[in-house]
Amino acid sequence: MTALRRVTPQLLTLAALVALVTLFFPDFLRIEVVNGRLVGPIMDILKRGAPVGLLAVGMTLVIATRGIDLSVGTTMAITGAVAAWSITQGYGLGGALALALLAGVLAGLWNGTLVAIIGIQPIVATLILMTSGRGIAQLVTEGRILTFSHDGMAFFGSGDLLGIPAPALLWGLTAVAVALLMRRSALGMLIEAVGVNRAASALAGVNATVLLIAVYVASGLCAALAGIVATADIRGADANNAGLWLELDAILAVVIGGNSLLGGRFSIAASVLGALIIQTVDTGILLAGFPSEYNLVIKAGLVLVILVLQSPNLAHHWYALRRAAQARRERAMDTAKETGQ
Amino acid sequence: MKKLLTSAAFIAFGASAAMAQTVGFSQIGSESGWRAAETTLTKQQAEERGIDLKFSDAQQKQENQIAAIRSFIAQGVDAILLAPVVATGWDSVLEEAKEAEIPVVLLDRQVDSDKSLYLTAVGSDLVHEGEVAGQWLVDAVDGAECRVVELQGTTGSSPAIDRKTGFEKGIAGADNIEIVRSQTGDFTRAQGKEVMESFLQAEGGGADICALYAHNDDMAVGAIQAIKEAGLKPGEDILIVSIDAVPDIFQAMAAGEANATVELTPNMAGPAFDALKAYMADGTEPAKFIQTESKLYTQDDDPAGEYERRKDLGY
Repeated sequence: MTALRRVTPQLLTLAALVALVTLFFPDFLRIEVVNGRLVGPIMDILKRGAPVGLLAVGMTLVIATRGIDLSVGTTMAITGAVAAWSITQGYGLGGALALALLAGVLAGLWNGTLVAIIGIQPIVATLILMTSGRGIAQLVTEGRILTFSHDGMAFFGSGDLLGIPAPALLWGLTAVAVALLMRRSALGMLIEAVGVNRAASALAGVNATVLLIAVYVASGLCAALAGIVATADIRGADANNAGLWLELDAILAVVIGGNSLLGGRFSIAASVLGALIIQTVDTGILLAGFPSEYNLVIKAGLVLVILVLQSPNLAHHWYALRRAAQARRERAMDTAKETGQ
Repeated sequence: MKKLLTSAAFIAFGASAAMAQTVGFSQIGSESGWRAAETTLTKQQAEERGIDLKFSDAQQKQENQIAAIRSFIAQGVDAILLAPVVATGWDSVLEEAKEAEIPVVLLDRQVDSDKSLYLTAVGSDLVHEGEVAGQWLVDAVDGAECRVVELQGTTGSSPAIDRKTGFEKGIAGADNIEIVRSQTGDFTRAQGKEVMESFLQAEGGGADICALYAHNDDMAVGAIQAIKEAGLKPGEDILIVSIDAVPDIFQAMAAGEANATVELTPNMAGPAFDALKAYMADGTEPAKFIQTESKLYTQDDDPAGEYERRKDLGY
């Protein structure tokens, strides 16, 4: 129940957005079954939201430790390139997935080591991989779009299971698994402890160093999954463009999810809803058919409105206004009673 | 004896004509597949003509290009090819080349300097490319009603603006053709696919779309996948025309999934060497802008063969 209350603002925002887009595009909620799979704008959102949704899961954990991971977009490019390269080299689906995930783990270890052991500020430490990573990805693809034809790999981008797109299943399952792992064990609380005060949690016996490295590895793994989805989607690795600027969307998703960039309490469900909100905005703009010059302006405007409505200060004002109104009513009633007597 | 003399003269003349010239080439870098193909083709063209090409990769930096040109001047090359990374700031180094009497030919992009500072510029007319694509569609639908969706390049970039203008010019006067939706796909495959999905949703699952015009081949390749996943046949249910002529679109055309592409040729060096040859032989001044051919390729132009010819150019 408390969990539901935690995500109520995000659910309300999503509902309001869906209503808004339906105004401009009446068929928005239409879902049909074509060739045994569900087809419609909502399904497109669930599918297209996969990369940011996956990144947001890892990013939530990193941000909960008062960190940030700017390298997830480039990690997507690297892991996507590794996946495409291994498929074309004939390592098979299992080999390609394993190598791509391994690349994600390595990226996470690199970031984690810089942050936890060497003690570089997270924003700078992850900036290093963010800027150099595309070069690494281009080395893997030799600077061209590395295409492949492999139905098993393509499944992760355009396949479906029980009528639901594979990318949607992948990010849904990842979010549920990570959320359960965090809340059914003490892990979530330990991460929050490190985020609130690393020194104090270390004194209390939490192995903060290992935990910090672990969250960056988790972020790298999520980025690897997102990279696999992006590469499978276009059946090719585009080192220049895969995951470009998606780290910013992932951070935005976490923020729309009401998580503080200062670390501490976090909610994966809320972050994932944040990712869905962003994707609904993106897809809604495309469906509404505005000229493309307006895309970013509309997106920025909507995000601003959402963040303002969710801001704690405004909530405080609402609360104060309600209290004042209530007090006035009570006074009015009191005076009415007094004059009545 | 006379015969011997003429043949000796002939040999001497032949030797002077084939005398190895030295040409310096300052390339921007290798930021895209097209750029890599341009480098490969320039080297090939030089080799075919027996020209000694001195190649310098500027890695996207103007100061590297200026340094390269100064070093070409110091080495006393016969001519310089320059693919300028930006339009401004070339005046002084171009003047140095002019004082050293070394002709400079611009490839692919223009500069803001005075026209007297370079011999000529070789490039493509982006508006014309869009026009060729538009005219192909007018001929292909032959008067039938046609609702077109357009995948634009990066919003505000000059290829996106020019290729849009050109296409609209190409279909002007054909009242049966109408652009119903136009969105940016950022020149990438992933965006091309995502935006095409939304077009299909918005236009009755694709039933109301007759053709797709994409500002580059990569977006078209992404859109083709979206159309296939929606259960339609790209190339038949929805006609597909795009620009660039990269290898992968020829593969799609060979499979019947794309209909036409307009070539942005990476062979800018060929016309440049031709102009230089004429200039050095008898001082013929070329026009200040040499427009490369915007050639149209369709499924009838041996797409499988074109793919084989292009796949190793470095695209």
